[in-house]
Amino acid sequence: MPQPESAKSTPPVVKKRITDPRSVQIFLVGFTYLFFIGFIFLPLGLVFSQAFQKGWSFYLESIREPYAIEAVKLTLLTVAIVVPVNAVFGVAAAWAITKFNFKGKSALKSLLDLPFAVSPVIAGLIFVLLVGSRTTFGSWLGEHGIKIIFSTPGIIIATIFVTFPFIARELIPLMEAQGRDEEEAALTLGAKGWQIFGKITLPNIRWGLIYGMILCGARSIGEFGAVSVVSGHIRGQTNTIPLHVEILYSEYNFTASFAVASLLVFLALLTVVIKGGIEKQFQKKSFHL
Amino acid sequence: MGIELQNITKTFGEYKAIDNLSLSIPSGDLIALLGPSGCGKTTLLRIIAGLELADSGKIILENKDTTNLPPREKNVGFVFQHYALFRRLTVFENVAFGLKVLPFRQRPARKEIRERVEHLLKLVQMDWALKRYPSQLSGGQRQRVALARALAVNPRVLLLDEPFSALDAKVRQELRRWLRKLHDEIHVTSIFVTHDQEEALELADKIVVINKGRIEQQGTPQEVYDHPANAFVYNFLGNVNVFHGRIKNGKVSLGNHHLDVPDELKNVEEKTSQTFVRPHEIGISRIRSNDNDLEGTIREVRLQGGQIGLNIECEGLDGAIEAEVPRELFINLQLAKGVQVFVTINRVRVFTGDYEI
Amino acid sequence: MGLFQRKRRNILPGFGLSMGYTVFYLSAIVIVPLSMIFFNTIPMGWEPFVHAVTAPRVLASYRLSFSTAFFAAIFDALAGLLTAWVLVRYRFPGKGLLDALVDLPFALPTAVAGICFANLYSPMGWFGQILAHWNLQIINTPTGIVIALIFIGFPFVVRTIQPVLEEVEQEIEEAAHCLGATRWQTFRKILLPHLFPALLTGVTLAFARGIGEYGSVIFIAGNLPMKTEIAPLMIMSKLDQFDYAGASAVALVLLCISFSMLLLLNAVQEWQQKEYNS
Repeated sequence: MPQPESAKSTPPVVKKRITDPRSVQIFLVGFTYLFFIGFIFLPLGLVFSQAFQKGWSFYLESIREPYAIEAVKLTLLTVAIVVPVNAVFGVAAAWAITKFNFKGKSALKSLLDLPFAVSPVIAGLIFVLLVGSRTTFGSWLGEHGIKIIFSTPGIIIATIFVTFPFIARELIPLMEAQGRDEEEAALTLGAKGWQIFGKITLPNIRWGLIYGMILCGARSIGEFGAVSVVSGHIRGQTNTIPLHVEILYSEYNFTASFAVASLLVFLALLTVVIKGGIEKQFQKKSFHL
Repeated sequence: MGIELQNITKTFGEYKAIDNLSLSIPSGDLIALLGPSGCGKTTLLRIIAGLELADSGKIILENKDTTNLPPREKNVGFVFQHYALFRRLTVFENVAFGLKVLPFRQRPARKEIRERVEHLLKLVQMDWALKRYPSQLSGGQRQRVALARALAVNPRVLLLDEPFSALDAKVRQELRRWLRKLHDEIHVTSIFVTHDQEEALELADKIVVINKGRIEQQGTPQEVYDHPANAFVYNFLGNVNVFHGRIKNGKVSLGNHHLDVPDELKNVEEKTSQTFVRPHEIGISRIRSNDNDLEGTIREVRLQGGQIGLNIECEGLDGAIEAEVPRELFINLQLAKGVQVFVTINRVRVFTGDYEI
Repeated sequence: MGLFQRKRRNILPGFGLSMGYTVFYLSAIVIVPLSMIFFNTIPMGWEPFVHAVTAPRVLASYRLSFSTAFFAAIFDALAGLLTAWVLVRYRFPGKGLLDALVDLPFALPTAVAGICFANLYSPMGWFGQILAHWNLQIINTPTGIVIALIFIGFPFVVRTIQPVLEEVEQEIEEAAHCLGATRWQTFRKILLPHLFPALLTGVTLAFARGIGEYGSVIFIAGNLPMKTEIAPLMIMSKLDQFDYAGASAVALVLLCISFSMLLLLNAVQEWQQKEYNS
């Protein structure tokens, strides 16, 4: 009996999964919605309800107010520095970890998880201890006119600490999945290091890189605890948007506080939407925190 | 001499992948490195390419000592098992890559690159796919592009790492024949690694059988198949029946039966042995033709295209015998499951000494 | 072979540069600053150190941080498991929206979450008003802290369980069904044990996050010493008084706990790997 030409697989049959009874489903979904309403929808709604409590013009005023604008500027400056710096690190670390085998690799990978285990307040504390004006290093810098703590550089450095793993943690699984074959192929074809990286690796990881940078940026904008420690809380000078929100709130200026906060909420929603969009595109199964 | 390997050794931690291996390959030949998984053949190939560094030994390509050269300067073409095409580049850009990364002085003009790429793609019959991306191609198509890409930089040596193992059986066969034809046209010294003995026997000018980091035998397919140097080679190439027994007084025991021992072992005293019999070197008939014939019953019939495989349980023999008969014989003798037959063993190889399958 | 020395198995270029930069960066940004904690606590001497970390107010803050993080993590385990189940198994209107919004607590700046919940549960807030009817007060109590931490820890549990739940083979549940198990039995005896490592991971992450959480908590907590003062706030107030040693001491204890959580997490994940490979 002749064998078939080629073993073609039959089209997949969609099996109906064993599932729970309808009543249980409704019950469980209902409870889930209850949780979401109480913990997510209503709080979100509250922000906007409070922000617009005194009307549109007050809202716009709160956002356009000089101190608020300064806070926005500082936040944007922070992001503009932190994200590229951490991106370079992320790419370098991912390259070292995924393209080579060496002793200490897992220790290095664990180090990347560090900021997730450290309280943001401690993240700020360590920099105060390092370059605060009362430390030897800090006072030496002070003599040379460089002020880090209670000034913009401190905010930037603390933010770098808190957000440095994001890009690396995005790139590493991606590059591990892609393997080394393409780079080795390029090597046999005569390409040099930077050629391999620029023409082959970088295009392959571009979406992971962009995604990681978005996450890093969003986190940089929203960081509060660490920045709170290193900032001087000086209005118009060393306040980021979250700090500004705090100040307004502590002055019982609730509406203005929520108005500025609403900007951050928009940003958070945007991040969430982008994240969902990219995940759908690439159907990533795991969530990279 | 195309490629010369001298005393190559490579260990990974505790594990010795390649053990003092030396090999000479004439220029222009198509050589197969054949062996089971983990025998070191891929490692050897990667060492030749410069993708791994040998612990000791020399690699001489076309009379140039390239042992410590990086892959870039060795001028070898490498075809990966899983193609390793650049997923973000078109087929054209993939093949042109090697030419485009050449240093400025050596780089050909754009027009020249274009002509060369188109010529190569025509050679591998992929010229229609210039603007496609690898994800739009089938496995066999991708492999052909990979081959064109490796050839684009005029390599001295072409290395292929199990090039067809990731493909369907039918595509594999087609590409095999196509690769042989291609090699006959361009005559680049080529080495390919495989664990498929059929592939090696069909394609190569010379086969190098490797086991546990050492060369067991090297020779033409004919030599290696008909005159295997040892039990490993015999067992690895082609199907085989193995029987354990004893040699005594010029005869080897096969269960309760005794067969004459091949000449070279006539003078051996009592010794344990393994007897190898190829399935197609067995005669099957309905009547006894020989005193030495074994009597048995067909337990299983396997349809293998032009040949029929029979699994026969024989009296006085531990384990069954696998035989292969032509289709016509099967039909003429009206053989079927349960039929009683007589088995004539036409040719045996006997090996003494320890060999584990 | 020394640490970080490359096993000469790989010929790709750029190891020196990338590794060198990585090590430099990590040293400057992470290792050296973190070591300042040690440099500020070691000269303290053992007795003053113990004195600093066992002062009543400090102890109260530890107790508060741990207990609130613990209860929040437990609640998150239930809510997270429920949400992951419903998102993976069922189809219902708004599913995509909920799935996306799971990430919100992670993406939202903590200060915003803080003022949000503080306002919600304040006497004039939407929830606060309702609760006042029953004479219940959330704001300025540990319960308020727990609520804020529930919000923060939620995504950790959901996102660690989801992929595991998605990968569960249909055949396992069908086999249980054929053998006569009810859905609840199937869930309890087969699915739950299978999910347990992931659940533990998620809960540990939520817990570790909760201990150190600051921005979302300080608004609703009221920060009453001995009652609703969380450990990070203790550190803050010591810093304000320029008690660097004291702040470091408290921080060191917190760090030790966090790092052991991280080690526990790694151990759990290794266990998880073994489970799935068997």
